[in-house]
Amino acid sequence: MSLDQLYQQIILEHSKARHGSGLAAAEAPAGASSGQSHQLNPTCGDEITVRVSVAGGKVSELRWEGDGCSISMASASVLTDLAEGMTVEELRAVIDSFREVLRSRGKMAADPELLGDAAAFEGVSRYAARVKCAMLSWVAAEDALGKALAA
Amino acid sequence: MVATPAHLRRSAAALGNDEVLRIRNDFPILQQHVNGKPLVYLDSGATSQNPLSVLEAEQEFYERRNSAVHRGAHHLAVEATEVFENARETVADFIGAEWDELIWTSNATEGLNLLTYSFLNASLPGATPDAARFALGPGDELVVTEMEHHANLIPWQELAARTGAVLKFIPIDDAGALDLEAAAGIIGPRTRVLAFTHASNVLGTINPVPALVALARSAGALVVLDACQSAPHLPLDVKALDVDFAVFSGHKMLAPTGIGALYGRSELLNAMPPFLTGGSMITTVTMERAGFLPSPQRFEAGTQRISQAVALAAAVNYLSETGIDRIHAWEAELGQRLVQGLGSIPGIRVLGPAAGEERIGLAAFDVAGVHAHDVGQFLDSRGIAVRVGHHCAQPLHRRLGLTATTRASTYLYNTTDDVDAFLNAVADVRAYFQA
Repeated sequence: MSLDQLYQQIILEHSKARHGSGLAAAEAPAGASSGQSHQLNPTCGDEITVRVSVAGGKVSELRWEGDGCSISMASASVLTDLAEGMTVEELRAVIDSFREVLRSRGKMAADPELLGDAAAFEGVSRYAARVKCAMLSWVAAEDALGKALAA
Repeated sequence: MVATPAHLRRSAAALGNDEVLRIRNDFPILQQHVNGKPLVYLDSGATSQNPLSVLEAEQEFYERRNSAVHRGAHHLAVEATEVFENARETVADFIGAEWDELIWTSNATEGLNLLTYSFLNASLPGATPDAARFALGPGDELVVTEMEHHANLIPWQELAARTGAVLKFIPIDDAGALDLEAAAGIIGPRTRVLAFTHASNVLGTINPVPALVALARSAGALVVLDACQSAPHLPLDVKALDVDFAVFSGHKMLAPTGIGALYGRSELLNAMPPFLTGGSMITTVTMERAGFLPSPQRFEAGTQRISQAVALAAAVNYLSETGIDRIHAWEAELGQRLVQGLGSIPGIRVLGPAAGEERIGLAAFDVAGVHAHDVGQFLDSRGIAVRVGHHCAQPLHRRLGLTATTRASTYLYNTTDDVDAFLNAVADVRAYFQA
């Protein structure tokens, strides 16, 4: 597998664009229920804080703040684009599907219909050491979503 | 380009590429291709590779002598004990110690934990009068440095937390050098232990051991030396350095994992309470109590890592036959080549001593706009193995305003071609990631 299959153009672009980055600068939206989660990858020191806001059964906003490799930053950016506007159930289904593909060690193809741009991370599943990088923000979002619903 | 100072210029004693190419033939693992490219192994600071003589020594032990040591009267038990104790003598001799001052451990981390748990045991009720000199409590201070590997930091944090002692640290300057003026203010009458690394696994600095030992001696403190990055790479004489304890790991010096050693002055070791207790370390045992053997058995409870000890001795023989001073001189050249090469690539910030200043054969660096994990992945695609992350030194990275760096570390089997392949690849990193 070549490096370009891991670092697809869409990943490199999102790692720079970082959609949804800037949690510290933005207050949680009024009228929504918000939850926040901080996740750390102790092997490399990468960390991320994700805030998920839910209103009327839908994700109204996802914001994050993080520092890490291009895979982890692009993954959070792609997640932001996907999650906003989804119902809680849709987001959960997408997170489950993403996790399944990432843990498949290259044996499972991503469903672009369901995962959209996140399907570009399919190649990461062949690099065991990088799966955590791609999963970091998604694990945080799942935890933050649970907290938002419990709030 | 900065001129290399006279003391660092190529000495006649240093290895050269031709000899290194012959050395490489002894290392089967280096003969392979990774991702379609010849493997360039620049991660010996994390773990080193094993020459055939080491692999054969371990296999030969299992094929011909495998048996428990220090017990049994049969032929194999006698042979196993002999090679095990000969191995101890070989390794002790390599660092200038006596045989009974060298205790086998799993690695340096275990050696440091052995010390801190022994000192903790000395601080608990019921400790023997002998152990009183190691007892710690409120008012006592332990001193480390800001550049320590977590293995030489966290055990001391835990010891301080459990005894009420205070843990202090000697700060570093922006170039990564220890602030010796600050050290003179920090090390004082309350200081009981000064623990520091001989050579930094991130910065490549060789610390001024005599100056630090002098400060500790004037304070009456014990000196613990983390020799993980020095024992494999430069001549080490624990007596000449006048340290009380030293630790190192076999796997960083051509031996397998699972074996390392703790050096301690015999007078201290024989007064310290044991860390692990059980079989093989006792004199008389009743149902109520036990007497303990002197060092080294005192600290070697249970069946030991016999084949690994034999393999470590074979590794030490390999280093000695090649000449540790010649290895050191060669790696110093490679270290300079790394720093000078990296320094000429735009957007690269090298940590530690500047080009031309003394350093061991490694360099950790930051690439502007590219995370260390991505740098490592890119290099791997060219068959180049480096370490990425915080290298078990989070406080040091935080002090330098970083969370992760990339580190290339050399050993006696690296050529200048290895370094150049690495430098050429690093030069392409920022363009690939559009930084």
